[in-house]
Amino acid sequence: MRKKTENEPLLTLDKDHLLSVVFEGDITHFNSEDFLRRFRETAPAARLIELTDNGIQEWDSSLVAVLYEIIRYAQENKIKCSYKSLPKNLRDLIRLAFADDRKPTHGGTDYSFLESIGKATIDLCKTVNSVLSFLGQTLASVGRFFSGRSVMRGVDFCSALEDCGPKAIAIVALISFLVGLILAFVGAIQLQTFGAQIYVASLVTIGMCRIMGAIMVGIIMAGRTGSSYAATIGTMQVNEELDALQTMGMSRVDFLVLPRIFALILAMPILTMLADIMGMIGGAAVGVFMLDLPYEEYLDYSLRAFTLKNFLVGIFHGFCFGIIIALCGCYSGLTCGRNADSVGVATTHSVVNAIVWMIVVTGIITVVCLELGI
Amino acid sequence: MKKTVKIDVKDLTVGYGSYVLLHDAEYQVNQGDVFIIMGGSGCGKSSMLRVLTGLIPPLRGEVIIDGVDIARASTEEVQRIREKSGILYQSGALFSSMTLAENIMLPLQQYSDYSPATIRELASLKLALVGLTGFDDFYPSEISGGMKKRAGLARALALDPDIVYFDEPSAGLDPISSRNLDDLILEINQSLGTTIVVVTHELASIFAIANNSIFLDAETKTILARGDPKELLKNPPNEAVYKFLTRGEKK
Repeated sequence: MRKKTENEPLLTLDKDHLLSVVFEGDITHFNSEDFLRRFRETAPAARLIELTDNGIQEWDSSLVAVLYEIIRYAQENKIKCSYKSLPKNLRDLIRLAFADDRKPTHGGTDYSFLESIGKATIDLCKTVNSVLSFLGQTLASVGRFFSGRSVMRGVDFCSALEDCGPKAIAIVALISFLVGLILAFVGAIQLQTFGAQIYVASLVTIGMCRIMGAIMVGIIMAGRTGSSYAATIGTMQVNEELDALQTMGMSRVDFLVLPRIFALILAMPILTMLADIMGMIGGAAVGVFMLDLPYEEYLDYSLRAFTLKNFLVGIFHGFCFGIIIALCGCYSGLTCGRNADSVGVATTHSVVNAIVWMIVVTGIITVVCLELGI
Repeated sequence: MKKTVKIDVKDLTVGYGSYVLLHDAEYQVNQGDVFIIMGGSGCGKSSMLRVLTGLIPPLRGEVIIDGVDIARASTEEVQRIREKSGILYQSGALFSSMTLAENIMLPLQQYSDYSPATIRELASLKLALVGLTGFDDFYPSEISGGMKKRAGLARALALDPDIVYFDEPSAGLDPISSRNLDDLILEINQSLGTTIVVVTHELASIFAIANNSIFLDAETKTILARGDPKELLKNPPNEAVYKFLTRGEKK
């Protein structure tokens, strides 16, 4: 660590309102907080501030920062300030610090409370407009695809499908197996007290098939694939690739969004089926090996609990989640800013938005199913 | 001989929302010009280019390209103008998931009815024109920054455009690569008669290639000077232009 030498400058205010600040000796690594506080308490009474060199030896930027603060204070408060006796190199640095060749023309703006509300409302309207516009463009793009006028490339669809399909199988299988295991454990603790542990099979089967399988796949895919969509498209924004697409007259939605949506729509129901099966296997592992339930009996109860209705509700959830994850990921990427930080923000937004909308849609589907008696 | 006006900018205000970067801009770019948009950092050069290429709308005024005001034109008209324009972005903006040849083939597949074999040949030719023979199957991540720019230029030239826009072509290049790119720009201009619009603040490039220019000023938010940069250096209309063209010397 560098050596710390502090010779506190001498601060005196005479009866002619001359504030004299005398610097001497070594002034390096100078913590100026106390000194500047005392200076600001004293300075309002001064008509002239004089900065004097009384043998400054070694110094660093901490001294220049103090001088800069004093001179800026004097300028802002229209107090004359003289620093002619300071060494030339210090004076040169001060001149450099004050030599702005262009005034900032676009600084931060402080809004009043009412203005902030107004601004937030306008921003909200812009966001709603942007989301609706994106959804409209996506629908138009789907229309173009089915009428054979889309510029979606088959290779992009295959690449997206490979990424969200086969490459996601291992993680989906592992997590679903563990969720089935946990579900069975939690259920077993309660059901054992009634001697009804065999119903663990029904609990796991219904739970996984109807909702848990789809939710787990949704969360995994939002974190794994949705975020990857946002990051990929966001990076394309930073690298001006989206501008290039636009100026080539190619639809960004056709080219980037459509293959990803189609890939997830296809992959998600299949992954949901896999999650259902793996969850049931996880439950069976607990039932057969830990609760010592007979394998045949466990299978029998599982099959009795398994209904096509529950299974299709789960698959429908997966289908909806696929659309939500792809839309949230692509929208966050397309609206990403033009720096590296924005890509991180876009990625976070895509995951959070996808999970929130998945929960909202789950609620809606549940209510509709309840009303329809499904 | 009277030159044909390719781009006619009238009473143009450029900015974002309520923030104005440049106002009352008026200038013309003639067919076959190498036209430079120059000025210090933050003066709105790149935003001006984004308006010219239709990426952002002007706050006010007209940008007339080949007789069509792109801010008010129909989608089809804008599309037609875009097909006749190429842009080389600062970073090259190549699609990283595609090879160089695929990058160049993309606009050809989109807008031409050539057979796949012909499209492949055209892509190879465009790469050869920019000195990248044999790099067809390389990905953007496998080549240098200068090569990316040249590949980006090959893509910009894919549809034999009437106008090619360059955004800071020398940025991030060593002096020799920068000089080579300048030579390439002149070559394209002279051999194909392409109108070139370059946004830059690189003095060496400005004096090497330009025959017409405008100077944007961040302080006044206006065009301070227009004309051949060599003439502007001989007879500077004001201190700001002189300082810019002489790297800060006082008049």
